[in-house]
Amino acid sequence: MSRLPESAATAASAASEPPVRLPFSGYAICMAGICWREALRFLNQRGRFLSALVRPLVWLFIFAAGFRSVLGVSIIPPYETYILYEVYVAPGLVAMIQLFNGLQSSLSMVYDREVGAMRILLVSPYPRWFLLLSKLVAGICVSLLQAYAFLAIAWFWEVEAPPIGYLTVLPALMLSGLMLGAMGLLMSSLFRQLENFASVMNFVIFPMFFTSSALYPLWKVQESSLPLYYICLFNPFTYAVELIRFALYGQFDAFSAMVVAGCAVAFLCAAIVAYDPSAGLMARRGGPDAAK
Amino acid sequence: MTDLAPPAPRDPPLPDEAPPALAVAGVTHAFGARKALDDVSLTVPRGSFTALLGPNGAGKTTLFSLITRLYDNRTGSIRVLGHDVRREPAAALSRLGVVFQARTLDLDLSVMQNLVYHATLHGIGFGRAKARALEALESVGLADRARDKVRQLSGGQMRRVEIARALMHRPRLLLLDEPTVGLDIGSRAALVAEVRRLIAREGIGVLWATHIIEEIEAGDRIVVLHRGRVRAEGSPQELLAAGRAPDLASAFLALTGAGEAGETHGGGEA
Repeated sequence: MSRLPESAATAASAASEPPVRLPFSGYAICMAGICWREALRFLNQRGRFLSALVRPLVWLFIFAAGFRSVLGVSIIPPYETYILYEVYVAPGLVAMIQLFNGLQSSLSMVYDREVGAMRILLVSPYPRWFLLLSKLVAGICVSLLQAYAFLAIAWFWEVEAPPIGYLTVLPALMLSGLMLGAMGLLMSSLFRQLENFASVMNFVIFPMFFTSSALYPLWKVQESSLPLYYICLFNPFTYAVELIRFALYGQFDAFSAMVVAGCAVAFLCAAIVAYDPSAGLMARRGGPDAAK
Repeated sequence: MTDLAPPAPRDPPLPDEAPPALAVAGVTHAFGARKALDDVSLTVPRGSFTALLGPNGAGKTTLFSLITRLYDNRTGSIRVLGHDVRREPAAALSRLGVVFQARTLDLDLSVMQNLVYHATLHGIGFGRAKARALEALESVGLADRARDKVRQLSGGQMRRVEIARALMHRPRLLLLDEPTVGLDIGSRAALVAEVRRLIAREGIGVLWATHIIEEIEAGDRIVVLHRGRVRAEGSPQELLAAGRAPDLASAFLALTGAGEAGETHGGGEA
């Protein structure tokens, strides 16, 4: 019974307005546009690029140099010889760049939501999952730029990976960037008080960074504290670091890749659900006052 | 979520009749226990200037959030040119242009960059987007500012850029959420005039949320929203009759202030 008026309405709308089909080229344009905007914003904020680069370099030049003699790193895969601490720590610092980037873009999304740019994004007719994915891809492009700039400078600091490594690390960077970006995206949808970057550093970035294999190999952690070792094992960031470390030396760490890919998919799905209008998470948290 | 399909509309449009620019029917929305919208129904005919008049906190922004699908309406239906925003979001959103209450331009990007970005979100390629941006800027009298950073514009100019942006994908329905807030009297009048010219030229339907009565003209349609409910809908003359008042301001007050006592009991509002 309810079918009839429904079809009548559809017929009426079809008669006056052609049905909308979003062509594939439109998807490509849409994603390109989102990446383009991110790139423009990035170029406009030179300070952001500089600070994103200085941060890991400080770790490399000062922290790693200081700890060079304290922490001896024995031969562990993927390394084939004894290595300097700087060499060990470099992949972790690349992952740190991505961690900062993922969270920074999530912060900018919270900011975007406040100033309304997120709403402009979400009134696009393209599916919401696609818009969020595009936003992630744009963030990854920016973080790739930073990661390679860091690796280039590190090269002159005797952190020299085999040349092929700089190519094989690319997919690893993209995958780990996707995971960390998706994590940031999920956080941006769940928390409304993220604008305080200091608290994000305290509660997310530093714990994730320190309880991973970025600064010290896991066997060393295991020697000193077993609980900490298990925490490291359950930290997805550990696997992002290892994936990048192996890839930088032309090797594929299948287990890490699986963990990172799995986490990326899980975070992404959760973020899409959180941003889905029918799931109502935005509606429950939002209200007109929140969206202003 | 097909099992949550909204009930069939009470007044389906006849097949030979074009659907209105916007048809909202029986929409209720609550944040927790607070009902922001309570059984709201309203229509924006094509080519009309419909003022959504309501004091602060009336539910205007919530209604806009539902129409733009920031979140879904759980009850009732919202149709843009006959397309239900929940069932056919792509069709509905592609025919919809929005100017939000908050400023939503990238201040550090140029006017042109802002417009082109928006066009790409609607699948319009860069080349075509630039041409349309110039056209849209021309129509709001800002063609000479295309290369300027948005930061360099005045508040009124930013609003006009936002309107130009909302027109980039040639929508048939334009929503404006208190667009004149924070503007001086001159810019306010210019903006209203600009939108009216657009209606005359393009025939698009406009839903203009405001609490400023001076922005309303004799030929407009008015929807009075107060505490999440539609208190009156019709021409200014009908509003005067409904409010039993000599002018719009007192009619508005009568409908939102004095009329409240008689209407809220039974509404379940706190």
